[in-house]
Amino acid sequence: MTFLAPPMVEIHNLSKRFGDIEVLSDINLKVGTGEVCCLIGPSGAGKSTLIRCINYLEKVNAGTIHVNGHLVGYRRKNGRLHELTGREAARSREDTAMVFQHFNLFPHMTVLENITDAPIHVKRERRASAEAHAQALLERVGLTSKASAYPRELSGGQKQRVAIARALAVRPKLLLFDEPTSALDPELVSEVLEVMRDLAREGQTMIVVTHEMGFAREVADKVAFMDQGRIVEYGSAAEVLTRPRFDRTRDFLARVLRSHVPEAVGIGHHPA
Amino acid sequence: MKRWERGEVTDVMERTGARAERDPGTTTDIIVPARHPGRWLAAAVIIVLCASFAHSVASNPGYQWNVVWQYLTYHTVLMGLGWTLALTASSMFIGIGLGIVAALMRQSSNPILSVVAAAYIWLFRGAPLMVQLIFWYNLAALYPTIDIGLPFLPPLVSLSTNEVITPLVAALLGLGLNEGAYMAEIVRSGLLSVDSGQREAAQSLGMSPAYTLRRIILPQALRVIVPPTGNEVIGMLKATSLVSILAFSDLLYSVQGIYGRTFQTIPLLIVATIWYLVASTLLSLVQQYLERRYGRGHVRSPNDGLSLLLAPLRSALFRGGLGK
Repeated sequence: MTFLAPPMVEIHNLSKRFGDIEVLSDINLKVGTGEVCCLIGPSGAGKSTLIRCINYLEKVNAGTIHVNGHLVGYRRKNGRLHELTGREAARSREDTAMVFQHFNLFPHMTVLENITDAPIHVKRERRASAEAHAQALLERVGLTSKASAYPRELSGGQKQRVAIARALAVRPKLLLFDEPTSALDPELVSEVLEVMRDLAREGQTMIVVTHEMGFAREVADKVAFMDQGRIVEYGSAAEVLTRPRFDRTRDFLARVLRSHVPEAVGIGHHPA
Repeated sequence: MKRWERGEVTDVMERTGARAERDPGTTTDIIVPARHPGRWLAAAVIIVLCASFAHSVASNPGYQWNVVWQYLTYHTVLMGLGWTLALTASSMFIGIGLGIVAALMRQSSNPILSVVAAAYIWLFRGAPLMVQLIFWYNLAALYPTIDIGLPFLPPLVSLSTNEVITPLVAALLGLGLNEGAYMAEIVRSGLLSVDSGQREAAQSLGMSPAYTLRRIILPQALRVIVPPTGNEVIGMLKATSLVSILAFSDLLYSVQGIYGRTFQTIPLLIVATIWYLVASTLLSLVQQYLERRYGRGHVRSPNDGLSLLLAPLRSALFRGGLGK
């Protein structure tokens, strides 16, 4: 069980509003070190907002998030929470990295520069060691030959694999994925999921917002089903995906599974 | 280069078309290109008008072409040209610096910074440049001395405004502040053109806001900023002629000084025009080069008549000289 190690992510009573609309209400979530947690649910459920809050890309309205024991976005002092400045917030993100739906690679830099820029200029690594690390990461995502290419010369799947290498380059303890395969052509999805599957096997702690139920079933330790800003159901992948307790989860799964092609739904069956 | 290639493609198509007409084996239908009698008529009228204008330029003694050639490389004229170019460069330098600062202030979440920047842009873009120049030149009427020190305390240094605001300083203030307001809007549109995902990706990698701006946002914003900035430089070259009203010895003021003595107004204005055209032509070549460099994949190739005529010349120039 995860009681042995302290949880990597601990979220208490988190609420988030955009104007008058409450997009997250009273979220509580724990993700243990080395666990893979998949967030599933209909669009507009607040999944992306939740992981953006974890990376402090969004400010919360109430509640706290701890990553690796550190409070996200605030400093606790005399019983009050003091908001961090941009610089401090940048430093406080060092345990976390994120992979985005639309890759967000830096178009004016080569693949190698995309990967090494943060290690060299943020983490103060030596260029030689950062580049060696980048080459190793490129090998891991199967793109050694693309080090000097520019992002516009890559396919969507290749871009997303570079984005994963870039996120890994800062040696994050927690890796966040915001719908990493949603912007990809169907035949490119599997190459990205393959890389993510390897990471999970190596014990990387990950929180993944995804619509890939097959991936969730196969890789996730925990699955949280979200709807209308709340976590409706949370448990092991088998519990939530095969024996859901709530009607809302059941309806959602039925709808998703029906609309998917059979190969994408079956356990571990992804077209190579 | 593409245009030229396209030109060749059209040639080939026309040639095959012509062959098709002669060879009944390839096609049974003869293709006749559309006729444009209106274009021929318009071209004929315009050629006649141009010819008569050219004739008058050559035959009207009022142009005094010998005087034009005599003064074209006259020392005072070249000095004026030098001042015009120096003023263009330094005013643009001030304008770009102010523009970047004002654009960043305008985007700030601090309402005071944002409002002050908006007010600066509103004021200096809204008031005519000529008025601003005269205003700065007459600053002494408003503030006889310029005091340096802490607010509301006796000044540490006190300078006579008339001595500080020379024509050069007034010109730099007027042109630079006015340009800064325009550049602010150009820089701001460039910053806004960069996808917000870029900032988020930089943030999620732990980059500080300042580093993100310098390393991620600005380089991408340049693609949008550079082309209009080239226009601004050319505009500035011509706008510097306004400073002749401050008795600043730029190109226009230099030729005015000469024709004030010799009354050869027209030929000397032609001298100034020639130099302004030479400088703006060179600047627009540099601008086209920069546009290609920063707008790669985004600039559409025009297919108007002049562009098609000049395409081989330009591609040779950029391939040989300025291009990579």
